[in-house]
Amino acid sequence: MATQVMPKRDLPQPPTVASSRENDWTKPVAMAIPKEGYFELEQGRYGPIFPKTPACYGFSVVAKVKAGREQAIRDYGTKIEEAVKGNPSVLAPLKLHYLRWVLFDVGSGLHFMYQGIFDTDFDKYLEDAVALFVKTGITTVFVNLEGWPEDWKTNLQAVINFFREHQCSSFLEYGEYPYVSADEIKKALKLKASFSGMLDLMQ
Amino acid sequence: MLEFDDIQHFLIARPPALAARYEFLTFRQPVGGRTWLTGIIDKVGTAKAIGSSELDSRWVAVAFTWSGLRALGVAEASLASFPEEFRQGMAARAEVLGTTGANDPDHWVGGLTSPHLHAIAILFARDVAERERCRQEHERYLSQCEGVEVLSALDLEAIPPFDSVREHFGYRDRLSQPVIDGTGVKPTPGSGPPIKAGEFFLGYPDEDGPPAGMPQPEILSHNGSYLAYLRLEEHVGAFREFLRQHGENREEQELIAAKLMGRWRSGAPLVLAPENDDPHLGADPQRANDFSYANMDPHGYACPLGAHIRRMNPRDTAVNMQRRKMIRRGGTYGPALPEGEPEDGRERGIAAFIGCASLVRQFEFAMNVWANDPNFHELGNERDPIFGTQDGTFDMTIPKRPVRRKIKGLTAFTTLRGGAYFFLPGIRALRYLATLTNGG
Repeated sequence: MATQVMPKRDLPQPPTVASSRENDWTKPVAMAIPKEGYFELEQGRYGPIFPKTPACYGFSVVAKVKAGREQAIRDYGTKIEEAVKGNPSVLAPLKLHYLRWVLFDVGSGLHFMYQGIFDTDFDKYLEDAVALFVKTGITTVFVNLEGWPEDWKTNLQAVINFFREHQCSSFLEYGEYPYVSADEIKKALKLKASFSGMLDLMQ
Repeated sequence: MLEFDDIQHFLIARPPALAARYEFLTFRQPVGGRTWLTGIIDKVGTAKAIGSSELDSRWVAVAFTWSGLRALGVAEASLASFPEEFRQGMAARAEVLGTTGANDPDHWVGGLTSPHLHAIAILFARDVAERERCRQEHERYLSQCEGVEVLSALDLEAIPPFDSVREHFGYRDRLSQPVIDGTGVKPTPGSGPPIKAGEFFLGYPDEDGPPAGMPQPEILSHNGSYLAYLRLEEHVGAFREFLRQHGENREEQELIAAKLMGRWRSGAPLVLAPENDDPHLGADPQRANDFSYANMDPHGYACPLGAHIRRMNPRDTAVNMQRRKMIRRGGTYGPALPEGEPEDGRERGIAAFIGCASLVRQFEFAMNVWANDPNFHELGNERDPIFGTQDGTFDMTIPKRPVRRKIKGLTAFTTLRGGAYFFLPGIRALRYLATLTNGG
């Protein structure tokens, strides 16, 4: 049975609350982003910093798959599934909301897209992310991609360069609840669950 | 096996010095620089000598900027093999470090942003009188080295009370230092396992594996380290006034001071002494570091999430910590401001060196993320309350039951007055540099 949809104007509006300098989660925000991927050049440790958008931080790394390696990449999806099942916090250091791994071919060969939405500026924690990639074996996906440095095990700078060179910046990002972190969402859900539990006990 | 007879003592152990002098040098011509270096190498203490009878009341460490290596005659190919951040120098990395506003290099003193800053000679002395003798001796020596000049200098000395190491705000210092694997030193409880030597000295395995991508030639880089120098002025009058404004009595003021730092001024950590100071705990190296955050204080009710020590060493609340540790050296400069005295306007502070094998991965990460990222630990609008770049627009949250306390518009207690990146070579590398000819 379809849920009845109330006209939006009739929905009770939550109070306007700003939990940080930029954050009003009650108002959806769309942000068009210049071609460079940033508004003003802000220098990070490894290059320009990409801004936080209403959809938080994130990247979309796109690279061509080496010939005959499609199945190796697909198989790794299952490995990540098992790794997270075995240890739900295995990817926690990345402060992720979502990961989307996509394989596609639009006529120029098979390409892999690694799209991540997360809460930390990737530039700030690049070494931590690479260490995690090595620990969890995510790098075994990257070795199947063209351009991945042969000496990736000993050349952090080359790995970082690969990510930066293959990053395709968004030109539009949207957030229905803009700038809200995964931790804040989890806190709110925890609070809701606590209240529900309390109300159940009071029945 | 660490080559203690080749590594400068500076990052391995401290000489018993209560005074020091930093002399920032320029080489107007390569020959003069090499002449100066040739004559001073024998005064440079090694890690091997630090524990032996060779220990003198006088002690020297020398390090070079990237332009200093060029000024000594290092070949272009070799210069290009040093990492980008070192080649650029600290002033050029100010945006990365977050040293903006009042901390911007435009305001730095002592000629430290000049491309003519080539070297630093660190003269340690047992006391102030001995330092003066060292200064005169070095001055005489410099006069014999044509084209070698002092751009600026800074005198350092311990401040009271002398029974423990303190900085000008009154906090006990040098409480948490990483232990280097292979030195034979046993970490105190809570300090974490020893850290692979390659995290601090080039040419050794680091926490990630064998050394790779070292600057060339190997004789120049092996046993060397990078140093980030920071001259941090401490505004003692403003700090004490802040405590008075936010604490009604002495006890409350001490608690506020502890919340900013994460330790009481005695050194006792808030995680282990959340309500009252415990000076015996602070003075006991077997106990003063024996704590963590994730389980013992996850929400920061004892030690706020944004407190200085929780930012600079998040312990078990951050990943990859063995690759972020650094060795801190340095001391206090300027006269102590006695308790109860009004601010006298004289500059005083800490002049420190951060030693590491990768400035970008270790030092710049600490500055960029731990000190100056307003959203560290999802705090939203905070920076390190002691060390971060403060301009009156950032907050400090002190978790508390039933309602947290939030201090809006935190005062800047410190100002960065200067900084530079140096390379601290091993002894063989110093000899190599001293015997270069122009162009390598």
